[in-house]
Amino acid sequence: MIEFTLWDILRNLLLAARWTIVLSLVSFVGGGLVGLLILFLRISPKTWLNWLARGYIELFQGTPLLMQLFIAFFGLGLFGIDVPAWLAAGVALILWSAAFLAEIWRGCVEAIAKGQWEASASLGMGRLQQMRYVILPQALKIALPPTVGFSVQVIKGTSLTSIIGFVELSKAGSVVTNATFLPFTVYGLVALLYFALCWPLSKSSQILERKLNVAHRNH
Amino acid sequence: MSLIEITEVRKSFGDNEVLKGINLDVEPGEVIAIIGKSGSGKSTLLRCINGLESITSGSIQVAGAQLLDDELHLKALRLKVGMIFQQFNLFPHLTAGGNVMLSQMVVKKVAKADAEVMARKMLERVGLAHKFDAFPDELSGGQQQRVAIARALAMQPIALLCDEITSALDPELVAEVLAVVRELAREGMTLLMVTHEMKFARDVCSRVVFMHQGRVHEIGPPEEVFANPKTPELRQFIGMVDETV
Amino acid sequence: MSYQFDFAWASQYAPQIAKGIMITVELTVVGGLLGVALGTACAWSRALGPSWLKPVVATYVELIRNTPFLIQLFFIFFGLPSLGVQMNELTAANIAMVINLGAYSCEIIRAGIQATPKGQFEAGASLAMTPFETFRHVVLVPSLQRIWPALSSQVVIVMLGSAVVSQIAVEDLTFAANFIQSRTFRAFEAYIVSTLIYLALAILLRQAMRGIGTILFPKRAAR
Ligand SMILES: Nc1ncnc2c1ncn2[C@@H]1O[C@H](COP(=O)(O)OP(=O)(O)OP(=O)(O)O)[C@@H](O)[C@H]1O
Ligand SMILES: [Mg+2]
Repeated sequence: MIEFTLWDILRNLLLAARWTIVLSLVSFVGGGLVGLLILFLRISPKTWLNWLARGYIELFQGTPLLMQLFIAFFGLGLFGIDVPAWLAAGVALILWSAAFLAEIWRGCVEAIAKGQWEASASLGMGRLQQMRYVILPQALKIALPPTVGFSVQVIKGTSLTSIIGFVELSKAGSVVTNATFLPFTVYGLVALLYFALCWPLSKSSQILERKLNVAHRNH
Repeated sequence: MSLIEITEVRKSFGDNEVLKGINLDVEPGEVIAIIGKSGSGKSTLLRCINGLESITSGSIQVAGAQLLDDELHLKALRLKVGMIFQQFNLFPHLTAGGNVMLSQMVVKKVAKADAEVMARKMLERVGLAHKFDAFPDELSGGQQQRVAIARALAMQPIALLCDEITSALDPELVAEVLAVVRELAREGMTLLMVTHEMKFARDVCSRVVFMHQGRVHEIGPPEEVFANPKTPELRQFIGMVDETV
Repeated sequence: MSYQFDFAWASQYAPQIAKGIMITVELTVVGGLLGVALGTACAWSRALGPSWLKPVVATYVELIRNTPFLIQLFFIFFGLPSLGVQMNELTAANIAMVINLGAYSCEIIRAGIQATPKGQFEAGASLAMTPFETFRHVVLVPSLQRIWPALSSQVVIVMLGSAVVSQIAVEDLTFAANFIQSRTFRAFEAYIVSTLIYLALAILLRQAMRGIGTILFPKRAAR
C-alpha cells in the first residue's frame, strides 16, 4: 500500500475544489439570470404567466435537488443528447438556483411600498421603466444580504453533483478515501474546505444584513 | 421594624448615577405615591426593589429578607413583593386565568386545581371573573391591567409595586384600574406607586415621595406636600402638573 | 421524439416504493422532532445560556450551516467508525438529520427568542420565576409561534435533503428509485415518479406543520 501524506490528500482535494468553485459560480450566475426571468413572470400582472412561475418555483423548491440532478442526467439523454455529468450538473443547479433566487427577490420587490409603484405610474412610466428606475434600485439593496446568503446554499448544493459522477470536492473526498482508508481525516478536511468557502460568504451576508437594519432604523 | 427598608441606595448606569442615596422606610399597610419629573429615577427605584436592576451600593430589605443578587434571594424577595408594569406584560399565549395560574404552579408548585381556585378568586377581586378564558388580546387595556394585578395578587405578596400602571390606558379606562387599587389599599395592602394621578395620590396615599435628580427631595403626607411644598422644585412640579390636569 | 414511456414496472415495484416512502417519512419525523428539540436547546444556550456554552454552540451551528449535508453524513457514517463509533446506516442517517436540523432551527428559534419583548422576561422575574422557568413557560411558546413558518420551511428542506441518505444505502425513496432504474433501465420514469412523490410529501409536510402550528398555538400571532 502506498503511504499518503496529509499534503498529498490536501493537494488532491484542493485541485478538485477548483471545480466546486467553477460549478458554483456558473450555477449562481446562470441561476441569477434565469431567476430574474422567473421573477419577472412571477410579479407580472398576467395571471397565467404568474401561475407558470409559481408552478416552476413550487416544483424546484418542493423536490430534492438530487432528483433534479438525476432527471437532468438521465432525462436529457432521452432527447438523444449524450449528457456529460458536468452539463447535467450545471443545468440542474442553474434551474434549481433560479427558483430560490426568484423567490428571494420576489420578497424584496414586494417589500417595496406600493406607493412607489403608484408614484412612478403616475409619472407616466411603463412597467419596465418602473422596474428599471424605481423598484429594482431599491429592491437591490435589501436583496443583497439574502442573495449572498443563498450563494452558500449553491456551494453546498454542488456537493450532490458528485453522486452523478461530476468530480468536484466531495467526489474527490470519496476517491481519496477509497485510496487511503482514512475517512475521518479525508472527510474532515473536505468539510473544512467547504467551510473555508462558505463561512466568509455567510459572515458577509450577516454583516450586510446588520448594516441594512441599522440604515433602516436611522431613516 | 419597617416592612420595606431602603437604606442609602445608589444605582448607576455606566457613569450616570440615577439614584444618589435613597432612604425610605415603608410601614405595613402604607400607600406611598412616588412623584417626580421624567428621568428622576422613579422607575429605577421600583425596579431595584424588585431586583430587576441590581443596586450599586446600599441595602434593601423587605420583611427582613435582604435583596441579594443571587437566584435564591431574588426569589424569596419577589415572593414578598409583586410588581405591576405600565405595559401590563401579560403572557399572550395564556388566557387571563392561565396568566394568573402560571406562576403559582411553576414557582409555588401549587396543584392545578388549587391554582385555578385561586385564579378565579383573584379575577373576581378585580371584577373579571367572567373573563377567565379570554386571551389578553381580547381584553381592553384596563381589563389587561386588572388581570396583571390579579396575577400579582395570586402570589400573595405583602407589598405591590406599581409603575405608572394607568399611563398606557385610554383616559376612560383609568378609573376602573384605580378603583381596584383603591380597594386594595382599603384592605390594607402595602403599595408603592409611581403615578401621575395627583388626585388619586391626594385621596388614597398615606405619604407622598417627591423625587428629584435621583434623590428623595421631599416626603410627607399628601395634604402637607401638595398644600405646602417646601422646595421650589416641588412647587414648580406641582404647578406643572396642575396646569395639565 | 421516439422515446416510449413505460410505467409497466410500477405495480411490480410498488412495495419497494412504499417502503422507501416509509423510511423517508420516518427519517423526517425523527429528524424533525429531535432536530427541533436540539435546536430549541441550542437557541436557549445562544440567547440566554451560560457564557461558557455560547461559543461551543456557535461553533457547532456555524460548522453545520457551512458544510454540505452529504459530507456531514459521510463523516458520521464513514469517519466516526475509525474512532470506534459504530452504527448502522439508518442510525447514521437519523443522527445526521438531527444534527443538521438542530443547527438550522437553532438560528431560526433564536431569532424568535430575541424578538421577545423585554417586559415578558421582567414579568416572569417579578412573579419569582427563575430565568429558565421564564424561558420555558413564558418565552418559548410565543417565540416558536413567531418563527413557525420559517421553521416549517426548514423542516421541508431537510426532508428533501434526506434524499442523499440513499448514498449510504439507507433504503429511502431515492434508494427505491435507484433500485428500480437499475433493474428496469427505466431511469427517467423511475425518477419522475419518485420526484412527484417527493413533491406530494413536501406539500403534505407543509400542511402538517401548519396543522401542528394551529394545535400548539391556538392563539393568533403573538407580538
Ligand atoms: N437600562 C438603563 N440603561 C441606562 N440608563 C438607564 C436605564 N434605565 C434608566 N436609565 C436612565 O436612568 C434615568 C432615570 O430613569 P427612570 O426610568 O428611573 O426615570 P423615571 O423617573 O421613571 O422617568 P419617567 O417618568 O419618564 O418614567 C434616566 O436618565 C434614564 O435614561
Ligand atoms: Mg418611569
